Amino acid sequence: MEPLIKLTSRAVPLPLANINTDQLFPARFIKKPRAVGYAQYLFHDIRRTDDGQLSTEFPLNQEKFSESKILVAGPNFGSGSSREGAVYALYDSGFRAIFAPSFGEIFASNCLKNGMLTARLNADAIHQIQTELTTTENPELSIDVAEEALITSAGTKIGLDLDPFQKHCLINGLNEIDLSLEFDDAITQFESDYRKAFPWITS
Amino acid sequence: MGTTLFEKIWKNHVVTDRDHESLIYVDRLLLQENSFHAFDKIRREKRAVRNPNQAFAFSDHYVPTRNRELGLDGITDPEIRNMVDLIASDTDAYGIELFGIGHDYQGILHVVGPEYGITQPGLVIAGADSHTSTHGALGAYAFGIGSSEVAHVLATQTLWRSKPKTLRVTINGERRPGVSSKDLILFLIRTIGSGGAVGFAVEYGGDTVEQLSVEARMTVCNMSIEAGARAGLIAPDQKVFDYMKGRPLAPTGPDWEKAIAHWSSLKSDSDAAFDREVQIDASSIVPQVTWGTNPEMVVDVTSKIPDPASEADSERQGRMIRALEYMGLSANQSIQSIQLDRVFIGSCTNSRLEDLRIAAQVLNDQSCRIPTMIVPGSEQVKRAAEEEGLHEIFQRAGAEWLAPGCSMCVAINGDKLGSGERAASTSNRNFEGRQGQGGRTHLVSPAMAAAASITGQFENISNYAEASSWNL
Ligand code: SF4
Repeated sequence: MEPLIKLTSRAVPLPLANINTDQLFPARFIKKPRAVGYAQYLFHDIRRTDDGQLSTEFPLNQEKFSESKILVAGPNFGSGSSREGAVYALYDSGFRAIFAPSFGEIFASNCLKNGMLTARLNADAIHQIQTELTTTENPELSIDVAEEALITSAGTKIGLDLDPFQKHCLINGLNEIDLSLEFDDAITQFESDYRKAFPWITS
Repeated sequence: MGTTLFEKIWKNHVVTDRDHESLIYVDRLLLQENSFHAFDKIRREKRAVRNPNQAFAFSDHYVPTRNRELGLDGITDPEIRNMVDLIASDTDAYGIELFGIGHDYQGILHVVGPEYGITQPGLVIAGADSHTSTHGALGAYAFGIGSSEVAHVLATQTLWRSKPKTLRVTINGERRPGVSSKDLILFLIRTIGSGGAVGFAVEYGGDTVEQLSVEARMTVCNMSIEAGARAGLIAPDQKVFDYMKGRPLAPTGPDWEKAIAHWSSLKSDSDAAFDREVQIDASSIVPQVTWGTNPEMVVDVTSKIPDPASEADSERQGRMIRALEYMGLSANQSIQSIQLDRVFIGSCTNSRLEDLRIAAQVLNDQSCRIPTMIVPGSEQVKRAAEEEGLHEIFQRAGAEWLAPGCSMCVAINGDKLGSGERAASTSNRNFEGRQGQGGRTHLVSPAMAAAASITGQFENISNYAEASSWNL
């Protein structure tokens, strides 16, 4: 996994609440192998008008926000299904960090597994950043994961409250399975005690 | 101070702790065709699967509901066929049991898990699907995970979890005739919102919940995720023990007695404290219908579509306007005036035998005015329904009686709504495009869906239920 330590990039506001994973990545594309690149499926249906053209109103379609690596989203972002394709679609589109007032839980944990930062900020802060990104000519944000800080293009510094483990994984680009297998002995011990106590479960 | 049901299960499964998280032992892993990314990861990283006998895979999302007797050959779309093929070759390579096409217990993972005895009280169950919350109805801690975490369980039999907060939803009062557990959960989502339970494990209790059958409880726990909760649980009781008895993987002999003793201890102590409490009065609930594109956009069948103009919050107002536009509806239109095009009875929310019995009571000696698909949740449900002759009632009414799978709940097997088509559906998500691009979904109970099939509109099933001898 690619480490995420510091990032300065264009950022795109998406002031919509309850964006679900069906909108992020419609179910009919789940069967596509990752090798095809999932960027083409990101927000596939909601970024288009009824006649299939890219809608100029959708922020991600605007030139001003192209190549953004940071998304500033609305509350309950990524709710719904557990499909990790929603994260792949964001990742393959270049995104590395998402800020929102709240996230769908499965989505947030899928993000971490792929080295993508999700951080909660209160609704007022999100609103302010979104407004700033929309009005400024240079919609840029800087993130410092180690310092737990977000700096807006106007220079405002906002503290982030990251989970220590999340921070550790992001900075070191850790493969979580390797990390957990360091506890292999503990798992084996647990398993043997557990099977004695509840013999019917795994026999 | 006492502990909650959730905490008891949690405590039994902690392998070790770090910071805010614990390494939790996973008893059962449920897989479906979309798990191919997880197998890719395992292969790429050259890992072994730790306990193949604790994983169970299902062909359900992509299987066709027609021409099933042809097996794989019945699938004409090569991409869809590839998905059904992939899960078979992946599970075969790692020695994992597959409930595939032709298996006696093929069906939707959340329907088959309980009926095969894979699901048991007190277990930690992780599933490659967000509606894994369903299994909590038997008193398990069950939740959905994405493919990276599926790979993690395959390799380690564990998951890192930060302990969720606990929310108790107490539902008391007698349900009105025709008001089902689907109406209870829709009403709850309407009350607390689709993000209302984010971060919580929800325990459902109260007289009304105790009176529900085990299958009806599954419907409640199933849609916990639509309120934002990853897991919903109900304390196991005698009904659950009776349900478990004789299932293929249920304990037997002396283990059965041991299991019952353990299961009986799985309830929240009377002095256990929850982080949050919500009370619901079931007696005030009438049949519920969603009008919008999020499961929280719910109203009584007897009422009107809300008017965005009277919504003070501008963001909510914007969402309502957009939902009305997508749904092709107008503010203040009465729910009972909506004209439907199709009916779908199925999905892991409502495709069990009891759901079908209810639909059959309503459809008996009636005829469907609009195309109606009835998709049983599993081969076992299908067989049991046919033994009771339910399929004949459906077919006489003109409904399609199909082969088990997810079908039009997620519309990736080829069954889908056309653009602009409007359906009454017993499934769980009414998102834009969920049942087909441009499709419009109204979530309802099986009784409501069956009645809608007869008239092409939403009826207040309570009125009919009262006047008849139905047992809904
Ligand atoms: S029936 Fe629908 S919600 Fe249930 S597992 Fe299948 S696709 Fe998911």
